[in-house]
Amino acid sequence: MTTPALSITGLKKVYAGGFEALKGIDLRVEQGDFFALLGPNGAGKSTSIGIICSLVTKTEGHVEIFGLDIDRHFSEAKRLIGVVPQEFNFSIFEKVGDIVETQAGYYGLPARVAAQNAEKYLRKLGLWDKRKEQARHLSGGMKRRLMIARALVHEPRLLILDEPTAGVDIEIRRSMWDFLQAMNAEGTTIILTTHYLEEAESLCRNIAIIDHGEIVEHTSMRELLMQLNTETFLLDLVEAQETVPELEHYDARLLGPETLEVTIRKGQRLNDVFARLDALGVHVSSMRNKSNRLEQLFVTLTQTHGSAETLVHASG
Amino acid sequence: MHQADARTLDTDSARTAPGVALRADWVAFRTIVMKEIRRFLRIWPQTLVPPAISMVLYFLIFGAFIGRRIGEMGGLDYMAFIVPGLIMMAVITNAYSNVASSFYSTKFQRSIETILVSPVPHGVLLGGFVAGGVARGLAVGAIVTVMAGFFIEFEIHSYAVTIGMILLTAVLFSLGGFVNAVFADKFDDISIIPAFVLTPLTYLGGVFYSIDLLPPFWRSLSYLNPIVYMVASFRYGFFGYDGGIPVGMAFAAIVVFVIAFWLFALLLLRRGTGLRS
Repeated sequence: MTTPALSITGLKKVYAGGFEALKGIDLRVEQGDFFALLGPNGAGKSTSIGIICSLVTKTEGHVEIFGLDIDRHFSEAKRLIGVVPQEFNFSIFEKVGDIVETQAGYYGLPARVAAQNAEKYLRKLGLWDKRKEQARHLSGGMKRRLMIARALVHEPRLLILDEPTAGVDIEIRRSMWDFLQAMNAEGTTIILTTHYLEEAESLCRNIAIIDHGEIVEHTSMRELLMQLNTETFLLDLVEAQETVPELEHYDARLLGPETLEVTIRKGQRLNDVFARLDALGVHVSSMRNKSNRLEQLFVTLTQTHGSAETLVHASG
Repeated sequence: MHQADARTLDTDSARTAPGVALRADWVAFRTIVMKEIRRFLRIWPQTLVPPAISMVLYFLIFGAFIGRRIGEMGGLDYMAFIVPGLIMMAVITNAYSNVASSFYSTKFQRSIETILVSPVPHGVLLGGFVAGGVARGLAVGAIVTVMAGFFIEFEIHSYAVTIGMILLTAVLFSLGGFVNAVFADKFDDISIIPAFVLTPLTYLGGVFYSIDLLPPFWRSLSYLNPIVYMVASFRYGFFGYDGGIPVGMAFAAIVVFVIAFWLFALLLLRRGTGLRS
């Protein structure tokens, strides 16, 4: 078994007021994984990440980064991590290029290497043209990308992103996903916290769900999704319908004369739905999963004009 | 070879290579210092110009206008007497306020997190911010010295004493500003110490008058003011006049204070006071 990228054992955090944010969690993230850490607000996600990154002092437990204990190998362990926090935490009066190169300096990278890496990641994230501008002139999406470039400038093996796409429009979110998938394909282990379940579903292979300071689920995304009991599909019908077609054993309703919503429970088959509809003389022109619908439409429309492709191409 | 594997080897060899950690720490130190210098140069109308204007006014009012009527102080022309104190005053306030405001802003904007997540050792972080404060203190000190050159001619009596004292003073007050910023919860907290402690101590620190002129009680009280020793020693470096202050002892006392503040600031960083929850 290879050394995990992150290993957490018995991690506990009790804040000064007595609030127990983490109740002795265990977590293991393998090298090369794209891992989601999910949970509601206040569940302990940010505390966990804070401890891994030395921003929060743990009460008990052990954290190892690629086999290096963060207490005993403080410096070496930190060199392996890159962090993208939830909130913007750079001086808005500094220039974009300076922000990234300064971060490289904190990791001891010589000026020449710092400049090379800064250029590499600013270009990949579509910010090279903005390098001489103060950060306050960037849009929200650009600021998010700046934080990713800054986290990558020392080329960490483990990238931790805390709500990286919060408040970012769909176009930028999609392009950031493509960039992160490319980074992961190149070997960077990625841990992601997000409120967008679709984001986790699209990107991550493994997942942990934390709630009230405890890990309540720690499994692969596939196994987790297999636990889902129902899935809802939207069928676009060729002919308008006045009443809901009679689909025995299936929950169905008309959202409009030409749109039928069908919910498939675990063990049921979509084929049977189509067979039944066919027998009733109801013809289906297209079908899609209920989630993603608007988003997919938006991306399709914007990609037609090429505006959503900057990061897609840059990250390749 | 997979890129991740290549990076594993790089990291392992980097960890064992002698001197690599030291070089990395030096780069980190230089990065923090340069960032601090860039910051105070970027806002030069707030950081470099006001002290220059204030000092010119001091020279004009206390030196040229009132000073002529005062005549001599401690065997020196009054204008000459106040010059070292005014330079010292500028260095003290600027070194202190630079670190206090910069480090507090770094906390406030949470950009301190970018240093805390990196492998920068606490000593390097502290040294970087202190060096930034010293740089601004010395920059302002140099401007004020040049301004003073328009009003009087002077030669330095002892470069070692002058440079040593100004450096130690800048370091000490930079450390003071750092400690202030660590404990500060709001912007008001970084102006309380300068307003209620530093300014009175500086004005009562023998910048404008000789301690010898004071009645015995006030003279004895003044000897409890550390700035008296700094100003007197600095004046000695300029003109060879110490006003009865033992310069060697002043140096020793400041070194002790610098060490004490350094260790205290390091302890605060290690505990994460005001920085880590």
